[in-house]
Amino acid sequence: MDIILQQLVNGLSLGSVYGLIAIGYTMVYGIIGMINFAHGDVYMVSAYVTAIAIALLSFFGIESFPVVILGTLIFTIFVTGVYGWVIERVAYRPLRGSSRLSILISAIGMSLILQNYVQISQGAKQQGVPTLLSGAIRFDVGDGFVQLTYMKLFILCASFIGMGVLTYIIQKTKLGRMCRATQQDPKMASILGIDTDKIISTVFVIGATMAALAGVLVTLDYGGFDFYVGFIIGIKAFTAAVLGGIGSLPGAMLGGIILGLSEALFAGLISSDYKDVFSFSLLVIILIFRPSGLLGKPEVEKV
Amino acid sequence: MSNAVIRKTLVSLAVAGSVTLAHADVVIGVAGPHTGAYAAFGAQLWTGASAAAKAINDAGGIDGEMIKLVKADDACEPKQAVSVANRLVDSDEAVAVVGHFCSSSSIPASNIYEEAGVLMVTPASTAPGLTDRGLPNVFRVCGRDDQQGDVAASYIVDTLGAKNVAVIHDKDTYGKGLADAMKSTLNAYGVKEVLYEGLTRGEKDFNALVTKIRSVDADVVYFGGLHSEAGPLVRQMREQGLTATFMSGDGITSKEFVSVAGSPKYVDGVLMTFGADPTSYAAGTEVVKQFRDAGIEPEGYVMYSYAAMQVVAESLKATNLDPVKASDWLHANKVDTVMGTKSYDEKGDLLVSDYVMYEWDDKGEYSMLDM
Repeated sequence: MDIILQQLVNGLSLGSVYGLIAIGYTMVYGIIGMINFAHGDVYMVSAYVTAIAIALLSFFGIESFPVVILGTLIFTIFVTGVYGWVIERVAYRPLRGSSRLSILISAIGMSLILQNYVQISQGAKQQGVPTLLSGAIRFDVGDGFVQLTYMKLFILCASFIGMGVLTYIIQKTKLGRMCRATQQDPKMASILGIDTDKIISTVFVIGATMAALAGVLVTLDYGGFDFYVGFIIGIKAFTAAVLGGIGSLPGAMLGGIILGLSEALFAGLISSDYKDVFSFSLLVIILIFRPSGLLGKPEVEKV
Repeated sequence: MSNAVIRKTLVSLAVAGSVTLAHADVVIGVAGPHTGAYAAFGAQLWTGASAAAKAINDAGGIDGEMIKLVKADDACEPKQAVSVANRLVDSDEAVAVVGHFCSSSSIPASNIYEEAGVLMVTPASTAPGLTDRGLPNVFRVCGRDDQQGDVAASYIVDTLGAKNVAVIHDKDTYGKGLADAMKSTLNAYGVKEVLYEGLTRGEKDFNALVTKIRSVDADVVYFGGLHSEAGPLVRQMREQGLTATFMSGDGITSKEFVSVAGSPKYVDGVLMTFGADPTSYAAGTEVVKQFRDAGIEPEGYVMYSYAAMQVVAESLKATNLDPVKASDWLHANKVDTVMGTKSYDEKGDLLVSDYVMYEWDDKGEYSMLDM
């Protein structure tokens, strides 16, 4: 019993991270219909920025956890946001209006550039950050226990707050309304006075900031990272976005949680060798019955 | 490399070169990455082999014939290894080779030496595939990857007395090979593993696996893989409150293991199998001192290369310089080297490997354990 509850906790925290990164994929797909393959590498860049921020803060003698975490979050989100904006500007905007395939290839190129740039500038070595927050809450269940580390608790809270704020922005604010209008009909939106280029840039920045949030949280939790760390987690997050229905914001979060839970439960109860096989089989089965994902709207053929 | 060392190398090369012209010598190749990214290892092989050759020549050579060394550069590239092996065999007419360094170079080169009847003793290649193909002329003075598993299993059973052993691997050739070798020896001791699972390389979250390890009450977790996965795995074990002993092989012999685990406190008490410090053998004390007096630190593979040259020289001496007979002789006889007495099985692997147990401490350093 305690083991199953513990696996649920493991899956939930892993899933919330997948969800945060999946948001970047789903928003960009929703608005310009492209899969941003460089997104996992933006996450990887944010891991390095996190380490730099922590090093800077400790250089200035700042040690207290709330200040360090807040400072690191603000710094990383800002720097990674700039990366997101520059990437859109350099690699995607010049290709606006060309076929989806050329943008896709540009995205793969961007991904390779980011990986190699970080590898050359930071070295191919494994890097690490020190543990900032240690300790855990334990609940006794039967004759065992379920443990939730403070860091995991922090990840869960921070990612739900992040998703909540984003949902509010998209649903309730003027910026969100412009985003949704651009998503539904870019041409009509621009006729009505919305600067769609600016909105698309904003979406890239939002996606990058969510990746940065995940980057800070995961880097602090796992401690180690390298220039290739964005690849696997990027693939998983993309799967989560497709599972939930690509283009749908709540879908990305739901997809992330489902993927995290299914991985943890399968690895924990059956076999960790085949957990990825199980996750991807689940994806295939869901796509057979709901081709546009759990919460995705079927694409209407425009005539 | 200091100027003195370079000068010394050049002088010894020049001496070796001039000697050739005068006599009919025993030509022995020193094959390895003398250029390129792994050139430091090539230099170590050369330092060890040339010191050994000089000592043997000073003592009268092999049956009165002087050893002449030939440098063969494979740059750790399989293709280049094949072409330098052909050169050694055809134009240099070498009777034996000390090398190569990388297993991926040693394996293709060994076929050429076999065809030409040339004796090959590698100081560094540990891949099982090098000797598993049954070539009669191939030997090594280092251990092989799966011998680490034997050392680990006997330590788990005899020293730790563990009953519940969880075996984890990274599904890769090296990692799974290591884990399987450990598992089969463990089973031969009559201990059945309580868990045998693979994880995915490149992932960082192993919490589900850690919880599973917790559920089987493992005393020892044996991991076959590299430090990039071992770091997060051991960290997440400690974070979930698991105190089980963590053990792995030479895949975690890197300071990066500490940085990827996040803090030295997580690696405290981690055990790993790794080759014994080559300068620690009683038989090699004198040679180590000579190296240090000459201003050379016998680091890395220097002593291995010295020992390889001794193995070559001893076997040639015993068989009147016939490399084919020398191979047979080595399969049956013992050789005293600076790294202790070496004896070989029918494949050319060491009967007793030099793997020993090391332990990491809370400062992020590792040290050899007495066994």
